[in-house]
Amino acid sequence: MTKSELIAALSARQPQLQPRDVELAVKELLEQMSAALAAGDRIEVRGFGSFSLHYRPPRVGRNPKTGEAVQVPDKFVPHFKPGKELRERVNNGSE
Amino acid sequence: MALTKADLAEGLFNELGLNKREAKEFVEMFFENVRTALAEGQQVKLSGFGNFGLREKNPRPGRNPKTGEEIPITARTVVTFRASHKLKERVEENARLHAEQLKSKVQANA
Repeated sequence: MTKSELIAALSARQPQLQPRDVELAVKELLEQMSAALAAGDRIEVRGFGSFSLHYRPPRVGRNPKTGEAVQVPDKFVPHFKPGKELRERVNNGSE
Repeated sequence: MALTKADLAEGLFNELGLNKREAKEFVEMFFENVRTALAEGQQVKLSGFGNFGLREKNPRPGRNPKTGEEIPITARTVVTFRASHKLKERVEENARLHAEQLKSKVQANA
């Protein structure tokens, strides 16, 4: 399912909203979530899951072609942990 | 402070003028539709944010870390998330600008 398919599905279930408003609302939700994560805040949605940043310390990597050592700087990566309801539902109701 | 469904609904109310009930319902339905798609075995691709995928895990032997007792871990399907390039860029950009601030926040959240 893509973003536009999600927008279409939500529009069908929310006939009181114009498809254009549904599109704006979906974009607004994703924008809020992106901004929170970029600022280092957690996102917690009960039954769905939580998003947070994980810190990756600096390390010495290697150029796989030349074997040369390169310093890889530290970084932050987005991480998602599925919530209980989501885990159970994708696993056909069992854990 | 973590961003919650209440905050997301508040954002729809403030930015788009949905009434509070509509906003709350919309947030609920948004996550429900993503969950349903995943439960049906569909990948969910939200461009600019990230992709939710599914992965089949084989059964493997496990143990209770407290008691050391062996318990088999059954085969299962798990949800994975890959942040989009755009989202990763935004995170990295903020990390460049506010490295120390971000580090202490992320460590406090861990």
